Amino acid sequence: MNTIQAKINGMPVTVPAGTTILEAARSVQVKIPTLCKHEDLLPTAACGLCIVNIKGSPKKPRACSTPIENGMEITTHDEALTEIRRTVLELILSNHPNSCQTCGRNGSCELQTLAGDFGIRRDAIPRFVRDLPEDHSNGSIVLDFAKCIKCGRCIQVCQEVQNVWALSFLQRGINTRMAPAGDITLAESPCIKCGQCAAHCPTGAIVENDENHKVWEALKNPELHCTVQVAPSVRVALGEEFGLPPGTNLTGKIYTALRRLGFQAVFDTNFSADLTIMEEASEFVERFANGKGKLPLITSCCPSWTDFMEKYHYDFIDNFSTAKSPQQMLGVLAKTYYAEKRKIDPSRIYQVSIMPCTAKKAERVRPQLQSNPGIPDVDAVLTTRELARMIKNAGIDFKHLPEEEYDSPLGASTGAAVIFGVTGGVMEAALRTVYAVLNDGKDLPGVTFMPVRGMEGIKEASVDVPINGQNVTVKLAVAHTLKNAKILMDKVRAGEADYHFIEIMACPGGCIGGGGQPQPVNADVRAARTAAVYKVDEVMTIRQSHKNPDVIALYENWLGKPLGEKSHHLLHTHYKAQPREV
Amino acid sequence: MKIDRQQLIERTYARKSPAAYIRVGLDTGGIAAGALLLYERLKKIVAEKHLPIEVERVGSLGLSYLDPVVEIQSATLPRLFYGHIQPELAEELLTAHLDRHEVLDRHVIARFDPGEESTPVPNGKTPQLVFVLDTDTDENDKTDFILFSLREEIKRSIAANPPSVIRALDMRLYNKGVVVWIPHLGITYTHVLAPDVTRIVHQTLIKGEVVEDLRFKAPDKQQRVVLRNCGLIDPERIEDYLAVDGYQAFEKVLFAPSSDPVIDELKASGLRGRGGAGFPTWLKWKITRDVPSDIKYVVCNGDEGDPGAFMDRSVLESDPHSVIEGLLIAARCIGATTGYFYIRAEYPLAIKRMQNALDQAKELGLIGKNILGSGWDFDMKIRLGAGAFVCGEETALIASIEGKRGSPSPRPPYPSVSGLWGKPTAINNVETLAGIPAILQMGGASYGAIGHEQSRGTKVFAVTGKVRNAQLIEVPMGTTLRDIVYEICGGCQGKAAVKAVQTGGPSGGVIPEAKLDSPVSYESLRDLGSIMGSGGMLVMDENDCMVDIAKFYLKFCVDESCGKCAPCRVGGYQMLQLLDKIARGMGEASDVPLIRSICISMQNASLCGLGQTAPNPVLSTLRYFESEYQAYIEGGRSYARKMKKLREGGEVVRIP
Repeated sequence: MNTIQAKINGMPVTVPAGTTILEAARSVQVKIPTLCKHEDLLPTAACGLCIVNIKGSPKKPRACSTPIENGMEITTHDEALTEIRRTVLELILSNHPNSCQTCGRNGSCELQTLAGDFGIRRDAIPRFVRDLPEDHSNGSIVLDFAKCIKCGRCIQVCQEVQNVWALSFLQRGINTRMAPAGDITLAESPCIKCGQCAAHCPTGAIVENDENHKVWEALKNPELHCTVQVAPSVRVALGEEFGLPPGTNLTGKIYTALRRLGFQAVFDTNFSADLTIMEEASEFVERFANGKGKLPLITSCCPSWTDFMEKYHYDFIDNFSTAKSPQQMLGVLAKTYYAEKRKIDPSRIYQVSIMPCTAKKAERVRPQLQSNPGIPDVDAVLTTRELARMIKNAGIDFKHLPEEEYDSPLGASTGAAVIFGVTGGVMEAALRTVYAVLNDGKDLPGVTFMPVRGMEGIKEASVDVPINGQNVTVKLAVAHTLKNAKILMDKVRAGEADYHFIEIMACPGGCIGGGGQPQPVNADVRAARTAAVYKVDEVMTIRQSHKNPDVIALYENWLGKPLGEKSHHLLHTHYKAQPREV
Repeated sequence: MKIDRQQLIERTYARKSPAAYIRVGLDTGGIAAGALLLYERLKKIVAEKHLPIEVERVGSLGLSYLDPVVEIQSATLPRLFYGHIQPELAEELLTAHLDRHEVLDRHVIARFDPGEESTPVPNGKTPQLVFVLDTDTDENDKTDFILFSLREEIKRSIAANPPSVIRALDMRLYNKGVVVWIPHLGITYTHVLAPDVTRIVHQTLIKGEVVEDLRFKAPDKQQRVVLRNCGLIDPERIEDYLAVDGYQAFEKVLFAPSSDPVIDELKASGLRGRGGAGFPTWLKWKITRDVPSDIKYVVCNGDEGDPGAFMDRSVLESDPHSVIEGLLIAARCIGATTGYFYIRAEYPLAIKRMQNALDQAKELGLIGKNILGSGWDFDMKIRLGAGAFVCGEETALIASIEGKRGSPSPRPPYPSVSGLWGKPTAINNVETLAGIPAILQMGGASYGAIGHEQSRGTKVFAVTGKVRNAQLIEVPMGTTLRDIVYEICGGCQGKAAVKAVQTGGPSGGVIPEAKLDSPVSYESLRDLGSIMGSGGMLVMDENDCMVDIAKFYLKFCVDESCGKCAPCRVGGYQMLQLLDKIARGMGEASDVPLIRSICISMQNASLCGLGQTAPNPVLSTLRYFESEYQAYIEGGRSYARKMKKLREGGEVVRIP
């Protein structure tokens, strides 16, 4: 690869050709301020803060979008640049509400941070903010248009990464605003609630629908028996909210914190992830080996993907796994199995789930997912970020907490369950079980299956499974981000691929990059969380879902067998096409 | 295979040497002034009475202040241009020329001969015409006095075939006293006073001698290269364009073994983009040509949007084939596969004429598959702009053609490397393209011989505002602003004097009267705090308040900002609020420094040219007229009210 040699603030830099000045500057520990450029996204060049001087050029190009060239001598900070940046920042602030204290991003806002860094202490330019009502319509994500600085990240991620096109810019000039395309409500829009817009928003213009108050109410209510579940990917990300490095596994501390918050039973979504694998793997075996049902089987544990499928790929409804997602399986078991076991009236159980995901808030209220009509299996969904706020609010010194254990009977899990949080993880977990089921209980050699790991957008793999002494090839495909999902589904639809099993997750990197995870997020952060997830799996003694003793006990004592009648009633769901004009 | 030009012209071009014709200038401006009604009425009368004269359609000569403009030649009278021919005058014009063999009083545009056509007199007998007009003033003018004196003297002295003395409409000379124009001798006299009348009659009209001390010798300030055919040919007939050697330059380029000579010619011509930025055209083409790609595009930028600018519209309406030919040459040169004309939807006539011209060119095999048998395929399409000024910016224009929101993207990559749909794209302005066939025909070096320093050739300007004669002009680069304002356009209307000239539209700046001796060139205008821009030129008189002017232009940019980048979106709006505050007499001393720092941040941190140049009107008025700002700030609300009242009352308000 060609390399470029240049100088930034007098320091020599050597970077690959095509590197932008902004990226090159990072390599010599120079931070050029920007509010619009996100590492996940192409530069929009909107904010105008990252301007730099290049010797010999009269213009001040943007560092975010200008590739560094051989021999360039770049100055990133001088008096004039700082003055211009300050004015631009003051202009942006003049069009932003001064309501930091009550903002969902207080403390994690990029604009607030930059204003602090620049030492801005007064409104140099008179403030004017258009009075735009917030959009609370979809229950997962809240749009606060007045706080939008028009960086365009949300629109980029919605259109280019997710291919959903729910958000767009409307109007122009000073009236430019980010809004659901067509100026409708978010609920009416094709939004699939993935929350990537919120994850990438530099300010509080797009935030999760904060439901802390609901959970506090429940915890205070002596009539209720509050139980909680924690999703696989939350444990490797929550620490970032408390200043710990990304990828710190905090399972034990989270259990402790939840118990101290007042939850009477602390369960783990990992348990139900194992259960999901039991059902889904059985479903696959039925379809693949016994020819009952359509192939490819497509995973359905990602609610954004399910939503997207019902809107745009509903011709694949019959290919979808009918197994409920782990969140919903745990919810229903808490109100049935656990309730029976502990002899608690199910209507007194208040089930909260801690998810990396904003779409789980919408999944909770899907009518098809309520085993007892009117009584949701899960009563509240908090994102990782909301949980962090609860912990801080409760005065818990999270970093120094001792580590505790989960509660029985819905807590034990295997290595297969924890990798659910990463793209390719559900596939790998399912494969570990499918392989054993098809091959007379003999394990996948080496347990792991590397071809489905990694951050490539679409991964294809095949594995030979010996069935009755003969090797049969199982073809797999894994995609993350819905842009890639569409590419993959179009390929299947066109008959260009004959996969047997497809895993799709909506968020980049899977749930570890979910829309409800701590900010900021970028490829490095996702890589650290991913590594942590695989590390958790690696050190587990039991790494296949079908070997989870509590799952085995559940089937033996209460549920019967996978795909049995009780499972069918409690652990499976159905889908309904929601066609939209494209 | 080349176009069988001669056969085509003979087959369909009936007016190869027409004996008698009337040509009506039917561009948007002319039509607004009544030209279409006039045209229809003329046609009707000629048809009903079977008159021996052709009524023809042409585009605009650029003389907007004289619309509707008509060119006429009849059997007994020489070729003349008339202005202000309202539809009611149709019958009178025809009877005067065809029956009475007389010239209409007060309607002739004197001293105007934009074309190569001579003034043939079919019957061999020279009709002697003498035109008179006082060019100093419209009120109490001395025209009649000289006119009657001339007539009396002629009556006394010339018995046979006495010349007719006629009051002209416009001499195209200003502040030169009474001007006398004798077309058949090609003589113009200026500053003619009563005692000169006898000399003119006896020396000139009788003996054919020149009265040297009265003679006006200065050459025409204008030079028409881009506008060479405008107002002279029928824009809706490709045969007319072929008859003036149209598509010859393209044919040569098409069959040339290499495109190097064209690029060399353009390099020699020194032609720079006429859209405003002034990037050398040859270099743009060369870069685009040298990027390897099987698909390339050429785009003609006809999204003219500056307030008061109508250069592109006029060219598109008056000579669309020259633009097509320019684009074809560009396409052939860089190896493009498809061309787009991006024309703003507010130009319906331009779009219609362009589409018609495209259809005709396609029919002739100039566009499409295997063009003229060369084996080269090239298609051209029209795309309409939906009224956003920013879509004139090339990356926004590309987004717009692609069907996206018209907002600019960062450069690099430049469109030459990655433009429309990610392919190499050369984007040229209408005026640039329209000039190219003529430049290639006259030779790059001869075009390059015209001009000033780094700005070569000619430039079209649309001069409007408080100027006496708003019009479209084409002048050599280096012509002074003073010549344009005073000599070509006659200075200011009314009593107030010229205060300033604004060039470059909302991206340009205000140049005070004292600086009008500066030559027009990319560099000198930039040094004055303005820009060349696309060619809008607005003249302001002493009644114009510079704070209001700055507000007007800034408001335009604020309205037209796409809203993408913060400095332009918020900076423009905030600055407009501050200007408004000052204009209402509520300004504070700290406002001007704040305005200046917003200007600097917009210039440096805006993404595209719109935002980068939007502060120019503010900065240039601050540079030359800061006292006006200070007067408002110090004078407060009562001062602001007083000034508003005075201006509304039409009084001359000078601020020291």
